[in-house]
Amino acid sequence: MSPQLKNKLLAAGALAIAAGALIFVTQSSIGQNLIYYWTPSEMLAKGSVAIGPTIRLGGVVEGGSIQWNEAQGTLSFRVCDSEATPEKTCVPVHSTEVPPQMFREHIGVVIEGNLGKNAVFSSKRLMVNHSNEYQAPHDGQPPADWKNSVSETAP
Amino acid sequence: MNSFLGYSSVLLGLAFALAAFALAFICASASKPHLAIWVRRALYAFAACMLLSNLLMLKALVEHDFSVKYVALVGSRQTPLHITLVSLWSALEGSILFWGGVLGAYIAAFAWTVRKEAGTQWVWALGIMAAVSVFFTALIAWPANPWTAISPIPLDGPGPNPLLQNHWLMVLHPPTLYIGYVGMVVPFGIASGALLSGNLDDSWVKPLRQWTLFPWLFLTIGIVLGAWWAYAVLGWGGYWAWDPVENASLLPWLTATAYMHATLVLERKRSLKMWTLSLAMISFILTILGTFMTRSGVFNSVHSFTQSSIGPIFLSFIAVLCVFSVLLLAWRSARLVSPAGSIAWLSREMALLLANIVLIVLTFTVLLGTVFPLLTEAFLHTKISVGSPFFNQYAFPLGIALVFLMGLGPALPWGKGGEKTIPKHLKVSLLLGVATVVVCWLFNLREPWSLTMFGCVAFAGAVTVHALLAPAWARSIQHKENFFGALWQSAVRAPRRFGGFVTHISFLICMAAVAASSAYEKSSAATLKPGETLQVGAYQIRFDGFSKGLESNHSFLGANISLLSSNAPPLLMHGPKSPRLNYYARMSEPIASPAVHNGLWRDVYVSLVATNDKTPSATLNAWVFPLVGWVWYSLLLLSLGSLWALLPLKTRSPGTKP
Repeated sequence: MSPQLKNKLLAAGALAIAAGALIFVTQSSIGQNLIYYWTPSEMLAKGSVAIGPTIRLGGVVEGGSIQWNEAQGTLSFRVCDSEATPEKTCVPVHSTEVPPQMFREHIGVVIEGNLGKNAVFSSKRLMVNHSNEYQAPHDGQPPADWKNSVSETAP
Repeated sequence: MNSFLGYSSVLLGLAFALAAFALAFICASASKPHLAIWVRRALYAFAACMLLSNLLMLKALVEHDFSVKYVALVGSRQTPLHITLVSLWSALEGSILFWGGVLGAYIAAFAWTVRKEAGTQWVWALGIMAAVSVFFTALIAWPANPWTAISPIPLDGPGPNPLLQNHWLMVLHPPTLYIGYVGMVVPFGIASGALLSGNLDDSWVKPLRQWTLFPWLFLTIGIVLGAWWAYAVLGWGGYWAWDPVENASLLPWLTATAYMHATLVLERKRSLKMWTLSLAMISFILTILGTFMTRSGVFNSVHSFTQSSIGPIFLSFIAVLCVFSVLLLAWRSARLVSPAGSIAWLSREMALLLANIVLIVLTFTVLLGTVFPLLTEAFLHTKISVGSPFFNQYAFPLGIALVFLMGLGPALPWGKGGEKTIPKHLKVSLLLGVATVVVCWLFNLREPWSLTMFGCVAFAGAVTVHALLAPAWARSIQHKENFFGALWQSAVRAPRRFGGFVTHISFLICMAAVAASSAYEKSSAATLKPGETLQVGAYQIRFDGFSKGLESNHSFLGANISLLSSNAPPLLMHGPKSPRLNYYARMSEPIASPAVHNGLWRDVYVSLVATNDKTPSATLNAWVFPLVGWVWYSLLLLSLGSLWALLPLKTRSPGTKP
């Protein structure tokens, strides 16, 4: 076998192994570790597919919806699409975690958790957006786009 | 004035870089060797222009010259001087300018070391580096221009991002990382130069390794300092989250580590030429990819401080680099064929080859996990993220395999392998590894991944210590010398070998610390009223009430805590030492900063999640991380080892033919 041919065979073999590894990794493990980012309307549009897997739900906390039971340590609120659409979709969220300091009405949040069959989203981790823009907020400022700025305050 | 001078020096730098590129092209392709000196002179002038522009920017920042766009962007009259100085790299435009300055310094240094070299490969190398400089200088001159004059001139600026202001590590992390990133341009140039000139003998191997080791050291320091900073500042209780930007810095580190080791095989066995050159080129491309990821804002991470239009420009540059590298390697592939002779089983070169493969598989996995969300978003319009379990699933076994090979390699002889050549100390070291596993098991440390890692670290550590001390031991017996004198002699006579093994030991310490701190961390969280305690590991954390205070550029609300343990007096962490929320004047939301009690054997880490003034109560998260400090303490030994390996003791200066 000439050195060139041997080299080509080696290269072909290496490529085949790399391709095989790529397919293996994509098919087997990466699929189980994907976390989808959805807004409430995107999530509800998925129907039953959305029930079960880990989801990052991004939206805005609806005004007047926060109920914090300090004795039991439970938090419930509604999270809505951030776009100011006439028919905005909201999803009730339940959490057993102390909300982070910045948590309040009308703030952008990303909630990692699962959608239950009862259409309530149970939160495993609640993250509040805070803008990376470094200025004091002015009145009536809309919440920052949750996709662009996420800060994790609680693990 | 600053604006005009700064911008002029950038444009002048661009002109010199273009001139250097054109001269190098003519000099090398039309064989006019007398032009080589002008290539170098143009590059010295380029470096001078870029350094001048950086100095002018520092001057503008210190003078609070808000007519300069970048100063208006990151400067503030309230910011202390040292923060003002480091704001040079706190946003996109400044960091690209800084990048340009570092690039100039590297290229000038390289041009100086090859000034006495004949041969077109060095001219080609300088030409390729000049081409890269043209790209970066053009980037500074137009899309990322920090020097734009603005009017009306603002009275004050916002100051740099507060996350960058609240820890000294953030002062060091970006420049070290940049010095690491930018330095990879030199190996890229050397590899391209060798390929373009067709001079593929061994003259490039040694300069390639030496010019990789220096940026590699800085890249390592940058990565570890970044991890340390995340741990000490961000308060989520960890130092590595497989965040895209962390991954971006790890990728070139992995490939550079791989090919530096491949050059050892190349020197002895004349094989792995194609492999080494490809990885040198890939490493540079990965640093550009890393800059793209960090600076274009494509990822949602703590690092995406900027959203800018330079993304597509960077992507095009990456595409050009990929096409250039692939064509060049394909063109010269026939000359890169290794001479006959396969690599023997159970030889040192086999261990090095396997370690290379492990590193490349890890690179591939991390790259896949990092860009997968980008690809699905671009092509399928689905927004996803890849969780840490994916990365850990591959990093744990591959990391263990790497540590095992670090033990196997140095113990095995070069060349023909075979069971007869296995040295006795390898068996002793293996036994020591097994004994470590047994002892850990008896002490109830039974988490499987960390247990395997401890065993492999003990094995590799024993082999490495033997490799470090055995030559000195033999020498001290032979020459009847004092052992330490002999050790010094062996270190001075073989700096590369000695420094390399010291670096290995520090890496082993780091890996043991990573395994211990992730497998045996304890965590706990609670909402406490004053006087109440929270149990975490062997410690109790008592909440003593709130403290408020004012520091140079922010106010803070802290939860005073006391750390109680059975065998030590209570440790008060009050006021500035408490876990707290920092409020910056121009930032609407507070930034949490944790309280960390550092210890040699364990850290106690407490962060404040939320406060309630009415009750009053504080919600705290607390962790105990065993040995975590050694992840960064090991950095000192690593730096010493790598610098020792770079010492020009008994070795020829870079660029000379061996």
